[in-house]
Amino acid sequence: MTEIVALEALAVRVEPGQSLAIPVDGSGVAMAATAALLEGGIRDLRLICVPISGLQADLLIGAGCIASLETSAVSLGEAGSAPRFTAGIKSGAFTMRDSTCPAIYAGLLAAQKGVPFMPIAGIIGSDLLDVRPDWQVIDSPVGGARKVVVVPAISPDVALFHAPEADRAGNVRIGRHRELADLAYAAKRTLVTVERIVDRNLLDSENSAAGVLPSLYVDSVAVAERGAWPLPLWDEYPADEAEIARYAAMARSEEGFRAYLSTFLTHRKQVA
Amino acid sequence: MSADRERREILIATIADLLDGISHVAVGASSPIPAAGAMLLRARNELGGKPAVRISILGSQAHNFFTNGGIELFDCAAQGRVDAFFLGGGQIDGQGNINLVGTGDYPTNNVRWPGSFGSAYLYHLIPRVILFREEHSPRVFVPKVDFVSARAITPEVPRRGGPYALLTNMALFDFDREAGGFALRSVHPPFTPADVKENTGFAYQEGEMVRETKRPDAATLALLRGRIFDELAETYPAFARTMMQAA
Repeated sequence: MTEIVALEALAVRVEPGQSLAIPVDGSGVAMAATAALLEGGIRDLRLICVPISGLQADLLIGAGCIASLETSAVSLGEAGSAPRFTAGIKSGAFTMRDSTCPAIYAGLLAAQKGVPFMPIAGIIGSDLLDVRPDWQVIDSPVGGARKVVVVPAISPDVALFHAPEADRAGNVRIGRHRELADLAYAAKRTLVTVERIVDRNLLDSENSAAGVLPSLYVDSVAVAERGAWPLPLWDEYPADEAEIARYAAMARSEEGFRAYLSTFLTHRKQVA
Repeated sequence: MSADRERREILIATIADLLDGISHVAVGASSPIPAAGAMLLRARNELGGKPAVRISILGSQAHNFFTNGGIELFDCAAQGRVDAFFLGGGQIDGQGNINLVGTGDYPTNNVRWPGSFGSAYLYHLIPRVILFREEHSPRVFVPKVDFVSARAITPEVPRRGGPYALLTNMALFDFDREAGGFALRSVHPPFTPADVKENTGFAYQEGEMVRETKRPDAATLALLRGRIFDELAETYPAFARTMMQAA
């Protein structure tokens, strides 16, 4: 059954060396839980961004928590490039596994369906095929003769995201953000932080059930108010643009990053 | 500031023209000018009684009708339901190949960009891909990209997608899929064809007469500075603010 725990208890479910899948900024990023991971000094994570990331990945990279990174991009969006990602690439601080967005979804889909790989359109001609020896070009086994790319299943050890609400049984409202369900279906364990726990049963009506990830796929839930800050949470609050711009400016240098990290962790504690 | 605004307004209006005739355009991450161009086309068709245009702007709640999560854009493109899209590139070469990864030796690139996003896939599947890059310089427009995020032409596999045009701060090029290269269509004032030549690191076709890119008319400008920047503010608040402050 889904456990409802404190934020710190949820964060320790992520162990060093595990693969951790996280969603794109704006989908519901668990920033409060990320602060707890940073506070706990997590190491050697194999981060999988579904399909890209921004502030969350850059913080984890800058704090030295990452052994490898699979992503289609890391960017702070309107605030510009992700400074610790760029610096980490240059110094070879982690193993880079460049991807393309639909290949990450295809890998998750393979895990969701319990098959070892998934065929995917396009990609042929891209140098990604050279830097991803785990991707292969095969002759289509059915239909007319043609080449097709196949990518291996991605089954993350842990998926971590933030959503507006869960009910007492651990059903989580994800709205139309079905990518959060894709993460949960494929992951061995799913950890969710929410703005609040509600007393009503989210599966009670067709209306609410349609936008809900059932508790079957959810291992742990913790309440974290404003848990995506400074990133946005749909229907709840917009991004804190000024804070993200402040990060983008400070994280250009290693010292600036350290200073930002320290105030970020202090701020998170005050909210909690 | 106002020269900057005028430059951007020409780009937005040119994008709306390039999109003419499509029924569904998708716009990816960090693309305020393409998003504004798509919104301009939609508004213009609506006001002119022309067929309605669907727009999917990634990262927007108001201008995005997808309900099946992040995968839906990619599935939709595979089904042939997306007519146009935009791609950029830290480098773009004369064969239309784009590099969104970086320069120098992979993986410890001395210049590293965010990454390939969906380009490697969408370039194969969307018929009218508009390459959009504001900076027009020899470091962007190179003879050969250091890393191919997405290749323009792949005779070894059937594909419906690929480059349609290249739009920069200086000029508009058409892409000729038969010839496998670009042809200069128009140059934005105050630049000249000679400026374009000097700042383009790859070879391209050029006719005897190259015309000036059309400036947006008064009605287009009114629409842009009113409704379009309002609509844009939801997804690109900083960009919309700058454009409205300049107006």
